[in-house]
Amino acid sequence: MKYLVIAAGLLSTTAAYADAPELTVYTYDSFVSDWGPGPAVEKAFEEICGCDLKLIGAGDGAALLARIKLEGERSDADVVLGLDTNLTAAAKATGLFADHSVTADYALPVTWTDATFAPYDWGYFSFVHNADAAAPANFKELAASDKKIVIQDPRSSTPGLGLLMWVKAAYGDEAPAIWADLADNVVTVTKGWSEAYGMFLEGEADMVLSYTTSPAYHLIAEEDSSKAAALFDEGHYMQVEVAGKLAASDQPELADQFLAFMVSDAFQSIIPTTNWMYPAVTPADGLPAGFETLVEPGKSLLLTEDEAAAVRDAALDEWLTALSQ
Amino acid sequence: MADCAQPVSARAGIGAALVVAALIFGTLAAVVLRAEPGRGLGASDWAALRFTLIQACLSAGLSVALAVPVARALARRRFIGRRLLIALLGAPFILPVIVAILGLLQVFGRAGWISDGLALVGLEPVQIYGLHGVVLAHVFFNLPLATRLILQGWQETPAERFRLAAQLGADARAMRQLLEYPMLRRVVPGALAVVFAICLSSFAVALTLGGGPRATTIELAIYQAFRFDFDLGRAAMLSGLQLVLTGAAALVAAKVAVGEGFGTGLDRPLQRWDGNSTTSRIMDGFWIILAAAFLLLPLAAIALSGVPGLVGLKASVWVAALNSILVATLSTVLMLILAVPMATAVALGRGTMIEVAGILGLAASPLVIGTGLFIVIYPIADPFALALPVTALVNAVMALPFALRILVPRAKSVVGRYGRLSMSLDVRGWPFVRRVLLPRMRAQIGFSAGLAAALSMGDLGVVALFADPEFATLPLQVYRLMGAYRMESAAGAALLLLALSMSAFWILDRGGRWHAEA
Repeated sequence: MKYLVIAAGLLSTTAAYADAPELTVYTYDSFVSDWGPGPAVEKAFEEICGCDLKLIGAGDGAALLARIKLEGERSDADVVLGLDTNLTAAAKATGLFADHSVTADYALPVTWTDATFAPYDWGYFSFVHNADAAAPANFKELAASDKKIVIQDPRSSTPGLGLLMWVKAAYGDEAPAIWADLADNVVTVTKGWSEAYGMFLEGEADMVLSYTTSPAYHLIAEEDSSKAAALFDEGHYMQVEVAGKLAASDQPELADQFLAFMVSDAFQSIIPTTNWMYPAVTPADGLPAGFETLVEPGKSLLLTEDEAAAVRDAALDEWLTALSQ
Repeated sequence: MADCAQPVSARAGIGAALVVAALIFGTLAAVVLRAEPGRGLGASDWAALRFTLIQACLSAGLSVALAVPVARALARRRFIGRRLLIALLGAPFILPVIVAILGLLQVFGRAGWISDGLALVGLEPVQIYGLHGVVLAHVFFNLPLATRLILQGWQETPAERFRLAAQLGADARAMRQLLEYPMLRRVVPGALAVVFAICLSSFAVALTLGGGPRATTIELAIYQAFRFDFDLGRAAMLSGLQLVLTGAAALVAAKVAVGEGFGTGLDRPLQRWDGNSTTSRIMDGFWIILAAAFLLLPLAAIALSGVPGLVGLKASVWVAALNSILVATLSTVLMLILAVPMATAVALGRGTMIEVAGILGLAASPLVIGTGLFIVIYPIADPFALALPVTALVNAVMALPFALRILVPRAKSVVGRYGRLSMSLDVRGWPFVRRVLLPRMRAQIGFSAGLAAALSMGDLGVVALFADPEFATLPLQVYRLMGAYRMESAAGAALLLLALSMSAFWILDRGGRWHAEA
């Protein structure tokens, strides 16, 4: 019986949109959750598009790409939102994506010229610590200190891969030595961000790999200023999150409209306090109060997508070797 | 025995085993066929295999070695709260991994209760991260399960046997040799195989408590092959490796676990006359307190951190809780439809292959099953529309190995004791199942249903690829809350999940249990 009730419920909601065209957007799971940008984005876009926006969560960025590869050209998805520059090269290699027509005045620290993917938010990786404790000023100081850190596994986590790229971008061939020195600071390596952050909040480690924007959550949502992000003088690696439309989309105009909407004020003003990242285009009202307290790295590091794809496997081997001793 | 000399046919059970085998091997084949040439297995995969085997053997051995004295103590002693303790034994096993890890660390971690206690007397904190940490966590998960499986062996020994032994003046040592060792010989290999299979597919627990990439298991290698390299061929090969290892363990267990049961008694309440000496009372007390402290402290930590978040949980969390109950109900029914005929078929002498098919559900990587199902279903149907049945089915197959361990011994003894009598009275087929078999298996059906419901409630299973945006389950909401920094609400939702799982387990187990009283 329950089944029938649920089926009836689903049918009736579908019927209400029966006449409106449907735009399907695949994204990562935390985007569509009640606490993410999804619900507000859906409402704002449906007000202007006369369509039904279906946001579908599929794991994280890497799982998203794997899913698109599995579905191939038959995919129902019109837009994929939530890849980052470590994945865009592999995404383009599938040949499943079409060029976008988005233009915007990006607030990114780097110039954006990608024809296939348009950015919607970005952030700096950083080690988050308790504000009352002194923080090291770079990786070498961290390695020399007795600070304990918890990080994510690059094989299963996006921030984990970001850290790999960070050390590689900052130190190049010296990266294996840095990792070897860091090995005794690493309490443990987790599957994903949530485990690591949870362990840090429980006091298992002095610092956790996260984003410079993480303290903004505690400050704005919890009125708690006890967390801070450590500023490293080698510069901070960036994560730029992007979206692209699929060539096989049956709603190419709507997909273009969505990508244009994505860099507009309505979408961008939702991002900072739901995704806890910097918006790709600064909204007219500026950033929410509290964001001005965040640390600003003096130097932004970002490997191009080709560099990232080229160094990825070697960097992973170096990391595995150093931390498996 | 020939088929015609049986009160009931084994066909349904063989059919159910074929369904399970088709699901597991079919999905694996689907992944293989979809794969492009990859790089095959490398040195790191073999290292992962080695580590996986070492930790799984240690974890299984230690869990079962500890479970024997604990189960014995629980079988011999009656005390206030015993039933509650036995019910709580199910809890660690059904927790979402992420919640269990944080609970364990609150007790055993660098900043955990034990480390805090040690710091008070000026000692260093506990070093939990490493192989010993992995084994500790796996014992935490599996000791309760092993205890329940072995306890059942004691409970299935008819009370009359103990009475007779006592009348003949058997002391504790004679009791062990006459009754307990033969029983353990039958029960322990199966328990070892199940725990080994569970630990074989461990991933997040092994990585986190292992302290880094040293602790890479096969399941992590599968995950890496799938999402880091998108090398489906390698993922399938690794998954096949897991299946072979588990299948081998199950075969060995089936060969080793010999000996007839003790038959059936009159279902009298069990009374024990041995073990009344002060030493054995103290030893039993020691084991019960040790096991209870080890299992309940992390649960208490989870409960304590969950209480503040429990108030003010959003409506969506409650909706997710309802969804989880729906999934659990459906998968429990599916599990019973598969498990009861399979157990009966094993009892009728169609043993080994069905038992092996039954345990494979544990060995198959959820990621590979999920991907395989997705590859099969995607061209013909909308995966989201099938989210509920697929999740329920996969959860049912994953719970099947436990259910079979619970159901098979009892089914054997019922068929052995009542089969011929029933046939002479011409009670065959469905009347036999309904009037003889099912009523006598009530306790075991209740226990296995409770375990399946609880497992299904707590399992994230394959939902990732089939995640219907409108149909989030409670474990998924726990992860989402954590992913959105809301650790307090996540802890609250996790406590709700724990309470729901425990209730499902308690209700179903109670519904079937009458002989564990006294």
